[in-house]
Amino acid sequence: MSEVIVVTSGKGGVGKTTTTANLGVGLAMRGNKVVLVDTDTGLRNLDLLLGLENRIMYDLVDVISGRVAYKKALVRHKKFETLFLLPTSQVKDKSAVNPEQLVQLCEELRKEYDYILIDCPAGIEQGFQTAIAAADCAIVVTMPEISAVRDADKIIGELGRADKENIKLVVNRIRPQMVEKGDMLDMGDINDILSIECIGQVPDDELVVTSTNRGEPVITMENSHAGQAYRNIVGRICGEQIPFMEFPKEGFFAKLKRVFGR
Amino acid sequence: MKIFGKNEKSSKEIARDRLKVVLIHDRANVSPEIMDQLRDDIIRVISNYMEINKQDMEISLANDDDSVALVANIPVSKMKHDRGRY
Repeated sequence: MSEVIVVTSGKGGVGKTTTTANLGVGLAMRGNKVVLVDTDTGLRNLDLLLGLENRIMYDLVDVISGRVAYKKALVRHKKFETLFLLPTSQVKDKSAVNPEQLVQLCEELRKEYDYILIDCPAGIEQGFQTAIAAADCAIVVTMPEISAVRDADKIIGELGRADKENIKLVVNRIRPQMVEKGDMLDMGDINDILSIECIGQVPDDELVVTSTNRGEPVITMENSHAGQAYRNIVGRICGEQIPFMEFPKEGFFAKLKRVFGR
Repeated sequence: MKIFGKNEKSSKEIARDRLKVVLIHDRANVSPEIMDQLRDDIIRVISNYMEINKQDMEISLANDDDSVALVANIPVSKMKHDRGRY
């Protein structure tokens, strides 16, 4: 049984593409056949996060328009051999692909792949409607910030209107020390506000930046908290019961220093 | 977290309160189709108990500063006696 999952957020910059790349790698690390479809036409980035930017020959628009077969456009990952990317066009715009065309493509892909992950553009316009059309399940990525949570709520409403009922939440870029001080919403707060099942909380982690610089998703890094959080999400997608991770607490001395060192 | 008896709301609590209010308003912008569906559902349920004047009924959402109310004005033309349910 294959599953089409759309990764969406409403607001830009909350980590949709990073989440797509990490979940894709994580699912492939478990031996699944995975294809990542970038639908952020005109603003292509998933290729960069995966380190595949130099290997693109054809793109989603070429496939949709029938110029090439999808197999010709897929880029196989160097390290994870069951992971493929279908990049999008950097020159066309979002109107180049319509919902019916993407649904049709996903039907083809379902025959060959276990997981089809769709990276959705920001916003709630045409590009969003196209990206969600084929999805069995939506992962809404948000951040502990009021504008990101509000936009996530809007997206959840739009998904409901499109009869997408299977919606999961990922709270990205949590800063545990700010949460501890009462200066940042935590997963519980956001869960309470949005009433959507949470499948992951990812701490803000400098290793996300350094791994992105290298084009190697952080999920491959054993010592990264964000990587561990993504590995947990992958496990939950595969149906495992994994408790939510405890973030490293601020040490006693650091706290003392903060209180007295003002 | 309160240190040395500081009694103000934390910025997280402020964020949560502001979000709750703004989402009530956002969600209340219900599309006309959903209002029509809601209206049909209400008519169906109420019609089990009484006859109502569908032409004159009014259903709307009223926005207040920190709450939203569903306001329905439904003229009843006749009560049903035996609903055949017991």
